[in-house]
Amino acid sequence: MRGFILSRLGQSALVLLVMSFVIYGLIGLMPGDPLDVMLASTPGVTAEGVARLRAIYGLDQPLMLRYFHWLVAALQGDFGYSRTHSVPVLEVLAPALVTTCRLMLISFVLAVTLSFLLGITAALRPGGWLDGVISLGAFAGISVPVFWLALMMILVFAVELHWLPASGADTVGDGSLLDRARHLVMPVATLALASTGGFTRFIRASMIETLRMDHIRTARARGNPPWRVVMVHALRNAMIPVLTVIALSFGSLFSGALLTETMFGQPGMGKLIYDAILANDFNLALSGLLFATLITLLANLAADLAYAWLDPRIKL
Amino acid sequence: MTGIWITRWRRLRGHRAAMLSLIMLGLLIVFVLAAFPIEALTGIDPDEADLLSRFDPPSWAHPLGMDEAGRDVLLRLMIGGQISLLVGVLATIIGGGIGVCLGVMAGYFGGRLDGVLMRFTDGMIALPLLPLLIVLGAVDLTKLGFSAEFSHSGAAGFWRIVVIIALVDWTSIARLVRASALQIRERDYVRAARAAGAGPFDIIRTHILPNIATPIIVSFTLTVGRVILFESVLSFLGFGVVPPTPSWGNMLNNAQELVTSAPWLAVWPGALIFLTVMAVNFLGDGLQHAFDPRSEAGE
Repeated sequence: MRGFILSRLGQSALVLLVMSFVIYGLIGLMPGDPLDVMLASTPGVTAEGVARLRAIYGLDQPLMLRYFHWLVAALQGDFGYSRTHSVPVLEVLAPALVTTCRLMLISFVLAVTLSFLLGITAALRPGGWLDGVISLGAFAGISVPVFWLALMMILVFAVELHWLPASGADTVGDGSLLDRARHLVMPVATLALASTGGFTRFIRASMIETLRMDHIRTARARGNPPWRVVMVHALRNAMIPVLTVIALSFGSLFSGALLTETMFGQPGMGKLIYDAILANDFNLALSGLLFATLITLLANLAADLAYAWLDPRIKL
Repeated sequence: MTGIWITRWRRLRGHRAAMLSLIMLGLLIVFVLAAFPIEALTGIDPDEADLLSRFDPPSWAHPLGMDEAGRDVLLRLMIGGQISLLVGVLATIIGGGIGVCLGVMAGYFGGRLDGVLMRFTDGMIALPLLPLLIVLGAVDLTKLGFSAEFSHSGAAGFWRIVVIIALVDWTSIARLVRASALQIRERDYVRAARAAGAGPFDIIRTHILPNIATPIIVSFTLTVGRVILFESVLSFLGFGVVPPTPSWGNMLNNAQELVTSAPWLAVWPGALIFLTVMAVNFLGDGLQHAFDPRSEAGE
């Protein structure tokens, strides 16, 4: 067990390191230059002055060296200042991280629960009308553009029906729990629906295959009640392939979170990264992307461990 | 066409949803191509802004009305569709090509190479792709040595999105091809060919690739759907196809504000994306059934 966890941790750390370099390089390729912003507010700087500023900020050094300096600082917890927020990057990131994790966690639990219910229901009578309806719904779920789904929700529930607020995390002056929950309904529903379709399809397929196996027939023949056969004997086996799919879905869950946060004005990581890139806030964009990668990797790691725990064939 | 493909086509024809999607896709292609004759006959310029007819409601001359800049919505939907579909197909071919190459190499040669390539693929799959695509979409092409003139042209915008999506969306094809190649490598006829002195590239060309053609086709089909979704998202966020060139995604750029004033503008492009991706996914599912002999048992 220890070896398995250690090797997975090492792998994740390696991916994170490689990504930090790739993202660092890419951020440097974005339009503009950290100096542009400074120069714009102080006209009349000579070319010589620009060159001196470059030297002071180390912008004249080669990419590898700049990256190395950044990495050393980052490892000590110094991610620099955010240009647009004028505070250290971590102060902006921390609350956004909480918002995003909450949104992702609630949506994820909802999506998994819903898709297990739907997937198992569909698998009980493959080809039946209920299966048809659920499969069609699942297809719609994987085919719908998430941002458009969000738009349509806003159109129906906020603009037409006035049931729910269209954007923001709370109403100004009303920070009650109920108010915050009302603001979360549409983002959570959108994000959950975005993953439910794919999960349902996998659970259904995996359940159908498992229910055909010999040990299920034996379990039935021994007189186990049908619900026990499905929920205990079949589900455990059917879970294993499903878990790998779910484990690999956190990246797309974060992508979905970026969209829902942007669409519904939720102050999370996704919106932060998007706004930072639009505003050339290099430090914030860089750290935001890295933390997004980090939480995805950690979630993956957790799913990997659950997988190993569930599948007795994997020796720990 | 050889016998097996005729059999497969027959089986596909028996799959109602897949046939319906094929017809649907055919109609969509006719729809987007209709832009050429309509543009020629009516002389409407899809890119020309007319501030006097902003938000005009539907009329005979403009059946779906006008958008926020006074442009014909129907014609822009058709042209935008050409762009979106073309991005979908081209990015899939390029990304799929990368995936097939890496997958075959990993699966056929195995060992160390396989380990490295698959760790790389796994790392890629785990990443949150959308933020990464946004950064790639924001890259300033002049900093990569392209001329300023090219960097700001419509063609650069188009090819940029094709390339960046292809760069990130090859992983599922690579894994699938690797798994299939791994199986086929051990078959007797491949061993026989190897013993007879065939080189690896001959074996890959004559034995491996033809035998994994069907999962590749299925996977390519499903990828087209995903790429169209990626394109729409990126163009919507402003990092993909850049106006005035329309795409279904960037026609929704201002939709968030429009949803209160002109909701019909927000409905159409999204509905077309939804319909197209749905049809592509159904087709992929039908192909899978048609190609997989095991599904004979029925579900």
